[in-house]
Amino acid sequence: MSDLNELYQEIILDHNKRPRNYRKLAAASKAEGHNPMCGDRVTVYVKEKDGRIEDVAFEGLGCAISTASASIMTERLKGRTVAEADTLFRRFQDMVTGKLLPGDRDGSGLDALEAFQHLSDYPMRVKCATLPWHTMKAALGDRDGAESSR
Amino acid sequence: MMATALRIENPAGTSHHPGFLADTVAEDFPILHQRVHGRPLVYLDNAATTQKPRAVVEAMSRFYATDYANVHRGVYTLGARATGRFEGARARVQRFIHAPSPEEIIFVRGTTEGINLVASTFGEQHVQAGDDVLVTEMEHHSNIVPWQVLCQRKGARLRVVPIDDRGELDLEALAGLLGPRTRILAVAHVSNALGTLNPINEIVAMAHARGVPVLVDGAQAAPHLPLDVAALDADFYVFSSHKMYGPDGIGVLYGKRKLLEAMPPYQTGGDMIRSVSFERTTYDDLPHKFEAGTPAIAAAVGLHAAIDYLEAIGMAAIAREEEALLAHAVARLEAIPGVRLVGKAAHRAGAVSFVLEGVHPHDIATILDSRGVAIRAGHHCAQPVMDRFGVPATARVSVGMYNTRRDIDTLVEAVYETKEVMG
Repeated sequence: MSDLNELYQEIILDHNKRPRNYRKLAAASKAEGHNPMCGDRVTVYVKEKDGRIEDVAFEGLGCAISTASASIMTERLKGRTVAEADTLFRRFQDMVTGKLLPGDRDGSGLDALEAFQHLSDYPMRVKCATLPWHTMKAALGDRDGAESSR
Repeated sequence: MMATALRIENPAGTSHHPGFLADTVAEDFPILHQRVHGRPLVYLDNAATTQKPRAVVEAMSRFYATDYANVHRGVYTLGARATGRFEGARARVQRFIHAPSPEEIIFVRGTTEGINLVASTFGEQHVQAGDDVLVTEMEHHSNIVPWQVLCQRKGARLRVVPIDDRGELDLEALAGLLGPRTRILAVAHVSNALGTLNPINEIVAMAHARGVPVLVDGAQAAPHLPLDVAALDADFYVFSSHKMYGPDGIGVLYGKRKLLEAMPPYQTGGDMIRSVSFERTTYDDLPHKFEAGTPAIAAAVGLHAAIDYLEAIGMAAIAREEEALLAHAVARLEAIPGVRLVGKAAHRAGAVSFVLEGVHPHDIATILDSRGVAIRAGHHCAQPVMDRFGVPATARVSVGMYNTRRDIDTLVEAVYETKEVMG
């Protein structure tokens, strides 16, 4: 396993302590995500208009990895198109499961999300980071992304 | 190996210095002697499963190498030997828990299957619409869901005995809930999530005074305490081999003979019948009536070896050592600023659950793992307990006979480091 400080990077600890966009969104579509393994729960709110994410927020109780992942996700998705959100999620998933080589990250648009790159060394924790993303997809009406990412 | 265990046998119960047991038995568990992330492994997830002493692994390996065949079938020598070993294991379990007869020992896959067996046979027979089934707020999901499903099917009520803020059962509430429509009480001997040791003799007596039979989930008691199902007068007592240093894939359902005899089979098929024609089938006697198909034969041999190992040390000695170790863990954890224990029962066995202010249990477990310390973080398959204490999850430390005070001290040091890492 790589060094702990690589997992719990400053940016992750910061978003865990002061999650951004941590609130309810009125008149937004929402979905609830639940990881039955650890009891983490997250609710993601998305306001979408003409294929663009106008606003996105979340609430929930989770570990530092899931809270920071949700927080950074909301920052990255605001103003993006649904198609861009899909692409970003795919790249994020590939990165945390070790399928995205470091060389492939250039121009991937992952940026701050690269803080989670060391998760591939912690397979038991990957679902903590992807739960908010699956929930976001569910909120966008894609039931495939649904509920839990067991 | 066994010689090690025998050397420390202590039948007189004379006191020896704390940690003596753990230091002596640790060499019998090869898996414990390794480094994880560069640190010596400290295994503190024994409520999930225990590690296996060499004696268990070798007994199974020897059995496969010399005596293995299917049981209750072949007239040939190997078949007879395998059957002898399998039935020998049953008799060993009987003596271990002081059951009146070996026919009352049913081999199942584990505690979960044992409870499901009782719910779908005894429960099916005795629970009708309008009846009550009693469970407690501290049960593992495996002692809730089979009863819940039964109640839904029957139109019966699942009623719940509450626990107090210390994580102890509310016995007054239990007395009030035991009514004329109560068909069974299903209760843990020891809570897997809180470590609470229930006053099980008193609970069984209370239920019996109202004519209510009791199923005791002994999964978290069998590795830690001397058991006597006859003295306890439990109607059913269920436990798993893998939590008591034996192999996984086998567990035990003890039931009183007159109850087992009156129950219909659970699964049907080979090895449980007397005669079959396309018109009708008659079932075999106990215990085979409940053991359809080829059982976990080598696992039974391994469980036999695990019980030999445990009894060579003595369950009373194990209980005494572990009680002292848990007291040490409770005292040291409580002294950490920001730590709150979840479950503070006066009597405890096996486990201590805690939360750390501002740090999710999952993060604690990951950071502890980086220090070589294996603990469990989560809801421990006891979500109602988590709800009761208003936490999504806890960190749980659970000890086995090989754990030392040093292990607890390493854990505590790692919790302090967790606080540092998480700022």
